[in-house]
Amino acid sequence: MPTYTLHINGKKQEVEVAQGTTLLWVLREHLGLTGTKYSCGIALCGSCTIHVDNRPVRACTLKVENFSKGQNIRTIEGLSDHADHPVQKAWVKAQVPQCGYCQSGQIMQAVALLESNPNPSPEEIKTYMNGILCRCGTYLRVIKAIGLAATNQTQET
Amino acid sequence: MPGSPKLVGRREFLKTSGGVALFITAAGILPQLISCSDAKKIREQLEKHLITAWVRITEDGKITIYNPAAEMGQGSMTSLPLIFAEEMDADWSNVSVEFSPQETEIYGAEGWMPGSKLMFTVGSRTTKSYYPVMRKAGAQARYILLSSAAAHWNVPIAELTTFESHVIHESTNKKISYGGLVPFLMMPEILPDFTAERLKKPKDFHLIGAKIPRTEIPAKVDGSAQFAIDLRLPDMVYGVLERGKRHGAKPILTNETEIHALNGVLEIITFDYAIGVVASSLEQALFAKQQLKIDWSESQATGFNSQKVYSHYEAIAGRSTKGKITNKIGNVDRAMQVASKTYSADFKNDYVYHAQMEPLNAVIQVAADLKTAEVWVGSQQGQDTKLGVPDILGIPPEDVNVHLQYLGGGFGRRSMSDFVKECAVLAKKMAPLPVKLIWTREDDITYGTFRPLSLQRLKVCTNALGTITGFSHCVIGDGGNLVASGARNDHYDIPNQLVEWREASHGIRLKHWRSVGHAPNKFAIECMLDEIALDQGTDPLDFRRKLMAKSPRALATLEKAEEMSGWKSPSPEGRAKGVAFVEHGSLGTGVCEISVDHSNGKIRVYNFWIALDAGVIVQPDNVKAQMEGGIIMGMSSVLKEQITIVNGKVQQSNFHDYNLLRMEDTPESIQTIFIDSNETPEGVGETATPMVACAIANAFLRLTGKRLRHLPFTPDRVLAVLNQ
Ligand code: FES
Ligand code: FES
Repeated sequence: MPTYTLHINGKKQEVEVAQGTTLLWVLREHLGLTGTKYSCGIALCGSCTIHVDNRPVRACTLKVENFSKGQNIRTIEGLSDHADHPVQKAWVKAQVPQCGYCQSGQIMQAVALLESNPNPSPEEIKTYMNGILCRCGTYLRVIKAIGLAATNQTQET
Repeated sequence: MPGSPKLVGRREFLKTSGGVALFITAAGILPQLISCSDAKKIREQLEKHLITAWVRITEDGKITIYNPAAEMGQGSMTSLPLIFAEEMDADWSNVSVEFSPQETEIYGAEGWMPGSKLMFTVGSRTTKSYYPVMRKAGAQARYILLSSAAAHWNVPIAELTTFESHVIHESTNKKISYGGLVPFLMMPEILPDFTAERLKKPKDFHLIGAKIPRTEIPAKVDGSAQFAIDLRLPDMVYGVLERGKRHGAKPILTNETEIHALNGVLEIITFDYAIGVVASSLEQALFAKQQLKIDWSESQATGFNSQKVYSHYEAIAGRSTKGKITNKIGNVDRAMQVASKTYSADFKNDYVYHAQMEPLNAVIQVAADLKTAEVWVGSQQGQDTKLGVPDILGIPPEDVNVHLQYLGGGFGRRSMSDFVKECAVLAKKMAPLPVKLIWTREDDITYGTFRPLSLQRLKVCTNALGTITGFSHCVIGDGGNLVASGARNDHYDIPNQLVEWREASHGIRLKHWRSVGHAPNKFAIECMLDEIALDQGTDPLDFRRKLMAKSPRALATLEKAEEMSGWKSPSPEGRAKGVAFVEHGSLGTGVCEISVDHSNGKIRVYNFWIALDAGVIVQPDNVKAQMEGGIIMGMSSVLKEQITIVNGKVQQSNFHDYNLLRMEDTPESIQTIFIDSNETPEGVGETATPMVACAIANAFLRLTGKRLRHLPFTPDRVLAVLNQ
């Protein structure tokens, strides 16, 4: 089986998997980065959202062989050292998660949104976040938390 | 001292090996507190788990409280320990929470069946069931601390008070922390039985009802919260099953040799209803699954077409023989005979699927001698907390250790253990290798367990004054309580009522789905009320006000919802409000405001206002989150979701053809106001969801004069109704 070198969260990691293996299985089952979740496998739910060169992508449909050319892969584990990224802090302040399963994807998508558009309108938030499903129905709190992060109101009260 | 004192031996007190921690253990705390009187059983548990029962205190003041319920986003990881900490007067900032072992004898509660003990996170009953249990346990933990301090200082216990993990003796100005008391802890000779009168009064609560963040949320924002699907063990192998599209069909694998030859394939295991493959990696297992060539038998579901079955249901509803009567008050038939006016309508409801975001999965490792097993699973637990694994392995329940993990959504699906049993079968074969079984989303949908399709035929009569005198509710569908629950009207003053269920069975897998029968049945009831109110030219809210005259708690929610929604003030052009009342443990009235796009049939929901009486509110912000989530899930099911079956085969397979509500369709706001109450907490997880269908349909009726009577209200259905 071929070996691939991936740049994940600022570290080089080698993995030996069959060609065609998705990035999602590589991250979760081979490298133990299980914060990125599987839910649909066909790029329709966003639970597996990670960043490749700062852009949000769905790891479940990406093949490992296309991402071993030095691209920067960032997962929820690489977002901050102490869960203190402003978006994570906003998430805690707004008490967003319920079951939590979709939330890595929500957060990674929200971080990408704010990196490209630091002050999104509610409509821009909805459009950008629309690909990330949440069965528990935390959407209103996701919108609220993005607003908090954008306006730097993430201190806990 | 009131209550009935019980003797507890001091020798039952345990210390840790290091001697720094002292557990207030099951052995130390009153047997009746943990509702287990078998000392031997308790001791066995203690030996096995070392830490058990409800709390552990260490000298540094850290307190660990054990949560006996599943955490699936509803907040049990905070609410139950919080109730305990309230009575214990623990300093919440030093409390951490862990799951308790899955041992019913010790951690079960009575809330599901009086006299029986269960660990079962279903029916929105966790807080209600454990409220008395956790309060008593917390009070007894506090009593042990108090009596230890009394002995230590040689003062009467009655002179001591507690505050934020400290015992205080005011007259001598002495104060000692709970952690500081650990070396002096002793088991009192007599422990009082804390009856409700001896517990804190709600006005003295400082944790219950306060703004307390949920304990597990930090782990859910950095990816560290562990779900069963995240588990990785050395030498773990992966199992997947192909279960086909037709429930009940039996498989014959026709290319076994070919599959065995595939890279990484370790085993092929045949089930009655599926072919299982175990492989070294997940991708190998999934690849092999795709290559399976299977001949499927026919089954009971063969020939069944879900969208054509309603005419059959109508025929069943028309029969004169009654079905199983599930509620009867007065005499509906007589009321109909003497009525001034009768109304009749049919309401329909298609199959829906749970769609919890974490597909079903489990990890099981069976020991090489097949005599013990470790199970990691996200489960809503069950009548059997070992989830069927002991039977499959032929070993006693105590030799199966279940490690409960966070659930990536439950909604009723994870109160069934089919997936755990499948994994046990694979793990038995692969022992001692641990097996991770994963259902793909496709598996999760096509082999889903659905909320049943049903038809509700309602007949209602009124007297000359327009007062409802008889209400007959006939449910046709499969699954008994799954379709028939939630059809009673306990808060409307209607003298003659009848609920009956008539069976129709199709061999389709069914299960409780958030709020179970409440959603379709409240839809029928609440829409019927609005249709009658319209016929009488009465405001639908005023119409309910009259019906609720004898139910002040329900009425208070109605009037609060009226106030907060500005019911009487007109909506903006093109919008209308609709109201619905639901009881599901807690009582709630919901009002929504909608518009409809006449060109494409799309309904848009702008606002939802909910007034809720749930007794004592343990975690206000979390209850609001439950209302928000309940409304969103309700909207998703009402506006989008539909499982259809053709010739017994499930037609949907992933989120491209099973649509869930996305952020673009979220209302602008969902507001909840609580009615003040000192009553025991009631469930809140399933009160909002059933409001949605009826509130939307009632708003639609006021907006367009047309009736939506078939769930879901997909745009094409709405268009068809508009064009009628
Ligand atoms: S798992 Fe990748 S988008 Fe759903
Ligand atoms: S928090 Fe449960 S799916 Fe989003």
